[in-house]
Amino acid sequence: MSKPILSAVFAGAMVAALGVASTASAESSMTMTQQMMMKKRAETKAAVSTGKYERCFGVALKGQNDCYAGAGTTCAGTSKVNYQGNAFKLVPAGTCTSITTPKGHGSLTPIKA
Amino acid sequence: MRRLGERQHGFGTAILDASLPVPEGLVDPDGDPSPRRFAVYRNNVVVGMVETLAAAYPVVRRLVGEEFFDAMAAHYARSEPPASPMLFDYGKGFPAFLSRFEPLADLPYVVDIARIERAWVEAYNAAEASPLSSDEMARIDLGRIGAVCMSVHPSLRIVRSRFPALTIWASNVDGATPAPVDLDAGGEDTLVLRIEAEVELRQLPPGGAGFLASLMRGASIAAAAEESFLADAEFDLDRTLAGLIDADAFTGWSYHLANKHNDGH
Amino acid sequence: MPDESQGQRPVTVPARGGVGLKAQHYRTILDTRPDIGFFEVHAENYMGAGGPPHRYLTAVRERYPLSLHGVGLSIGADRPLDRNHLDRLAALIDRYEPGLFSEHLAWSSHDSGYLDDLLPVPYTDETLGRVCDHIDEIQEALGRQMLLENPSTYLAFTESTYAEIDFIAEVVRRTGCGLLLDVNNVFVASTNQLWDPVQYIERYPLPHVREIHLGGHTPEQDEKGRPLLIDTHDRPVEDVVWHLYAHAVELIGPIATLIEWDADVPEWDRLHAEAVQAEAVMAACCREVWPDAAAG
Repeated sequence: MSKPILSAVFAGAMVAALGVASTASAESSMTMTQQMMMKKRAETKAAVSTGKYERCFGVALKGQNDCYAGAGTTCAGTSKVNYQGNAFKLVPAGTCTSITTPKGHGSLTPIKA
Repeated sequence: MRRLGERQHGFGTAILDASLPVPEGLVDPDGDPSPRRFAVYRNNVVVGMVETLAAAYPVVRRLVGEEFFDAMAAHYARSEPPASPMLFDYGKGFPAFLSRFEPLADLPYVVDIARIERAWVEAYNAAEASPLSSDEMARIDLGRIGAVCMSVHPSLRIVRSRFPALTIWASNVDGATPAPVDLDAGGEDTLVLRIEAEVELRQLPPGGAGFLASLMRGASIAAAAEESFLADAEFDLDRTLAGLIDADAFTGWSYHLANKHNDGH
Repeated sequence: MPDESQGQRPVTVPARGGVGLKAQHYRTILDTRPDIGFFEVHAENYMGAGGPPHRYLTAVRERYPLSLHGVGLSIGADRPLDRNHLDRLAALIDRYEPGLFSEHLAWSSHDSGYLDDLLPVPYTDETLGRVCDHIDEIQEALGRQMLLENPSTYLAFTESTYAEIDFIAEVVRRTGCGLLLDVNNVFVASTNQLWDPVQYIERYPLPHVREIHLGGHTPEQDEKGRPLLIDTHDRPVEDVVWHLYAHAVELIGPIATLIEWDADVPEWDRLHAEAVQAEAVMAACCREVWPDAAAG
């Protein structure tokens, strides 16, 4: 792709990214961009208030909350006894069994790359 | 007299390798050897590491089951104990270990779930930074947009997968109901970010992971986009940039210096 | 009451009850502002670059006195101290200005990595030299006094030539460090080693004690059927430990007392109740022996 074509694509991309139409005015690009930002803010606000706002990558997913307590140090001991068996002799037995391929096999069958 | 260094070397080695005998000279109140007493230290160390990994990899644990996970984690822990007392950072090598762990060979997607969980932990503890504001973004000269380099938030991580990894992750987090997942549904690339208090995961559009990776290596938007167009015909620059701005992925920008053009190679 | 004055962090840890700050309780604490003497955190859990742990600790720190408890310095190791870790600790102390900083008479650094437990040391002249060198190095690097905590132990070393208390007293004499008296550890170690816990408390270098720890333990048995107590911090403080605590407080006077409950962590109210009980014991014991101190 040639540089001029690329530039045109990028300009369009940025304009689209900022959420405005690409119709240009005679104003300087600096002022125009700032106006675009104002417009984008107003549009976003309006969209959110009407419940029509859709995020580009979909709604963000969250796994654990912000009070995640895991993986900290301890200065205490434990009365739990560690499993001493051979890990290689066990078979996974969790929710992995709900993962399927169209061939109808369970998760423990080889998966083609 | 026994030297302290030798004593501690032997003590620590016997903690991690339960097949070794209890070191000599460790005794009960009668002066008799007591394997049961030494076992308290073995349990404290190994159970502690397993619990640390269980806290950092809850979805992997749910996928493979608690018994399997704990045995596997103990195996990893003995071979790769923490490098520092900062246990919130323990387990960086766990996904790579899983990829080599023979009993998991039939479940290769589990490795990608582990990579997502590791990215989650890293994002959770990453440095704070303010996302690029509208005002700062408005200072970009659109005529020079191709030459712009973006700096990304310190918490940003990308996890690429040839499996529907984000879908599997999301349906197996605590509180979710595991639903059947079609493994052949296509790969999913995940964007991991923590701007405020909560870690957020989003699916990246086609080519988005490569584009972002190029930007993170210092490539200009032009160079990164060119690579991405060539690598993935479905790459959509508008949508990708808009999504990244929407997600607050960027913290700053600068014009690429023409004399040190860097296309990431 | 917690100091609520704006922009003025409470610096000194008072002679009151406190608890270990747990992530599960962050929100309750900030929402309800409970009346509690202080909070204590493990230094290593706040050594990340950023994120919610720092956000919450910062908010808690604005309202309550803080005590910082290290678990990873490995003071009892033959190996040199990790200077990077010491630097991180210094930065954390600068940032949060804890009223107290304590660490353990134990080791955890090994050729293969960090062993997440407080491993015991033989009480020899060689160990004494290493421990004192390390404490000197720490106090110099941090520019402040540290408190050393007595350990829970499950076995003894045949090469030991000092009683634990004599070893600790000598460390204090040589380094000028202060002490953290863990009364639960006294009971656990005394039971496991067949020592007299009351005598332990009475012979401990009490004038140097700046803080007390209390916690729960789990009874097990060794292969001879002898009681083997494990320092699990997963339940309330046992009655016998409360009695020992009362005895210690009679001898020391009112003192910052921390409840350690780190596994099977209960609801906030249950944990808070343990700290309130410590204050009740302190008040009851000190009314006659330490009338001036108890009045405040």
